Amino acid sequence: MSALDLINPTSGLYQKREPVFPRVVNGRFRRLKWAVMIFCLAVYYITPWLRWDRGAYAPDQAVLVDLANRRFYMFDIEIWPQEFYYVAGLLIMAGIGLFLVTSAVGRAWCGYACPQTVWTDLFQHVERWIDGDRNAQIKLNKAPWTASKLTRRLSKWSIWLAIAMATGGAWIFYFADAPTLAQQFITGTAPFVAYATVGVLTFTTFALGGFMREQVCIYMCPWPRIQTAMLDEKSLIVTYRDWRGEPRTQGVKKAAAAGEKVGAKIGDCIDCNACVSVCPTGVDIRQGPQLGCINCALCIDACDEVMGKLNRPRGLIDYLNLDDQKHEVAGGQPKPILKTLLRPRTLVYFSIWAGIGLAMLFTLGERARLAIDTAQDRNPVVVQMSDGQVRNGWTVKMRNMESRPRRVELTMTGLPQGRMWTDAMARSAAARSVTLDLAPDATTKLQLYVVAPAGPAGETPFALVARPLDEVAGSRAAREAARDVKFIRQ
Amino acid sequence: MTDHKPDIDEATGTKFVGHEWDGIQELDTPMPRWWVYTFVACVVFAAGYVVAYPAIPDTDGALGWSSRGQLADTLKAETAARAPRLNAIAATPIEQLASNPQLMRSAIEGGRAAFKVNCVQCHGAGAAGSKGYPNLNDDDWLWGGDIAAIHTSILHGIRSPGSDEARYSQMPAFADMLERGQIQQVVSYVRVMSGQDKPTRGSRAGAALFAENCASCHGADGKGNREMGAPNLTDGIWLYGGDRASLTQTIAKARFGVMPHWSEKLDGVTIKMLAAYVHSLGGGEANPAPPAPETATATASPPAVDTASTATGAANVSS
Repeated sequence: MSALDLINPTSGLYQKREPVFPRVVNGRFRRLKWAVMIFCLAVYYITPWLRWDRGAYAPDQAVLVDLANRRFYMFDIEIWPQEFYYVAGLLIMAGIGLFLVTSAVGRAWCGYACPQTVWTDLFQHVERWIDGDRNAQIKLNKAPWTASKLTRRLSKWSIWLAIAMATGGAWIFYFADAPTLAQQFITGTAPFVAYATVGVLTFTTFALGGFMREQVCIYMCPWPRIQTAMLDEKSLIVTYRDWRGEPRTQGVKKAAAAGEKVGAKIGDCIDCNACVSVCPTGVDIRQGPQLGCINCALCIDACDEVMGKLNRPRGLIDYLNLDDQKHEVAGGQPKPILKTLLRPRTLVYFSIWAGIGLAMLFTLGERARLAIDTAQDRNPVVVQMSDGQVRNGWTVKMRNMESRPRRVELTMTGLPQGRMWTDAMARSAAARSVTLDLAPDATTKLQLYVVAPAGPAGETPFALVARPLDEVAGSRAAREAARDVKFIRQ
Repeated sequence: MTDHKPDIDEATGTKFVGHEWDGIQELDTPMPRWWVYTFVACVVFAAGYVVAYPAIPDTDGALGWSSRGQLADTLKAETAARAPRLNAIAATPIEQLASNPQLMRSAIEGGRAAFKVNCVQCHGAGAAGSKGYPNLNDDDWLWGGDIAAIHTSILHGIRSPGSDEARYSQMPAFADMLERGQIQQVVSYVRVMSGQDKPTRGSRAGAALFAENCASCHGADGKGNREMGAPNLTDGIWLYGGDRASLTQTIAKARFGVMPHWSEKLDGVTIKMLAAYVHSLGGGEANPAPPAPETATATASPPAVDTASTATGAANVSS
């Protein structure tokens, strides 16, 4: 009893969380859930430790978000900040993918792959391992705080905390060299932000996975609202076939025992509550689609088990879309699921999704790894030289996006009498081309001067062509040019 | 609320609040308890925050934090971070600054900032100068264009009153010494010398006058003398203009451009950085060759700019 209970004890200003103790269940969807869970956790924990050889000038971590140096590495793909549109493309793909999955199989993301679901599932397995299954958990929850209960609680929380710390700990390795950071983290020499991140993620994992659970889905998450709006009459949702299950056997028997007149039909549902007891969010699927249902399909497994024992066909609770529901209520036979999945809407979504992915892959393969940017000096534009010639200046940025030093020859085309030199040279060495050594995976900035004889005022366009001198045999001859360069006389 | 009796929503079993908008009614769904606890925790946090930080006008928070103080701390940290570089620049002789490219870059960037504060008033934001104020981007230097010469010009100034070490020279006003016609003949000769006009009878007369009156400073060939800041009259660059009217004015009335000596206004490091910046604008010259040893026939190497010994080089690497 807290002080808050005194605010308004009758009208219910707030609602206490009803604890949920889901029973263990086995079946096809539980096995699928195991597989997805193991896959997701494995990807999450193992990825930062994969090594990938990129030579001496780039990190050897397969997936690395190098925020300090503003580089993103993913296997053979390296992305610079100005190529962030690839990440935007991935986000668009994720969005379209959400449309696709939701219109086809409803809230599958919620039920199988959402981190909240995966970690809650993991925590519930730990809970069962320590406390026993549903009934033992309910009993222990009601039991007074004895030494035994305290021991169980402390050991459960310790394991949760360890998992939570590992979760937070894995996250930071995506942002720095994992072995180095791990060593720093243990010896206390890691950056503060690493400890802060692990701390925050440990807390959120522990609290959300251990205690908040379905409250996150029902009260915090916008996803259920968004996804509900994206479902249509062909989307698969976990459905109780009430036309087959009702009236429930127990209700009929009770009514008969009470001497009431009973109709001829007795439904398949025996009101055993198996579907409710296995539900990780504590809903009763027989009340129809609802916000709390994350479509994890564990109730399908539970009900199938019971139907099997009763020698009734499986699927009293099943994935079913609204159209097929109407069809079956009208007496039709169940339709194959494939027809539901392959329909114009899902195919259009898939085409858009795949099209974006293919376009990104194509541009990734075609993108230039050497780039030249020129910015003409604007103050002053024209400098009169003592020998009567005039000089223009440019700030030239050469981006070498490959992880190796490169030697490039920068040549003028056009402006026949022009000569150029850089701030690293003397004017006496001015020529039609200069050779530049570009640092690996970096932008080399240099000041370029061009002199040409004085002449009538005006602009003379010319081009600066960068030609790699170190092109290995067989590779694409990547010439990059700044073509809209103008020599100005006035 | 009095005439609305709250009733129950059939689908959810929840009470209605009693409000209705076009048939849509608001349910009185209770908030989860943890939400209320979170709210209470926020209130408690806010109370602590008000005490810790200056939330009430005209009071200091318990932590003594202020945005002004934070700025002061940031500036202090920045100054401390810059100190090693500034000390290194201070300890390096100006001629040797360029032999440390990284230090040179720091000096150039520091000079760029100092230039915008102290020099742009006369030389312009792009150091392009204007009539009477030299363009620092070009390769024409009155008093020398190597970094040490530039440094001396900035440190002691040009004809700067109050500095004994300022560079000093004064061209006479020839209006008192030459006839008007003679001045025009000299003007003609100077314009021939700089390739602007073809020789005429007047210019040939001017040549004699030039040899008599001007060559002592500007040299017999008119190429000037940096020792005394006498400009080169044969090149394409004119500080006060190369047209007849400007030249007439220059010869008749003389010019007396002044640049202040900065030794009293700026610290030594800033002046070094300014010299580095001006030297970097594209016209900077190499350090003069050291005094030749006894074997005067040493290998005559071409003048090399210190910033790079070869034609190749990555100048300014940033990611």
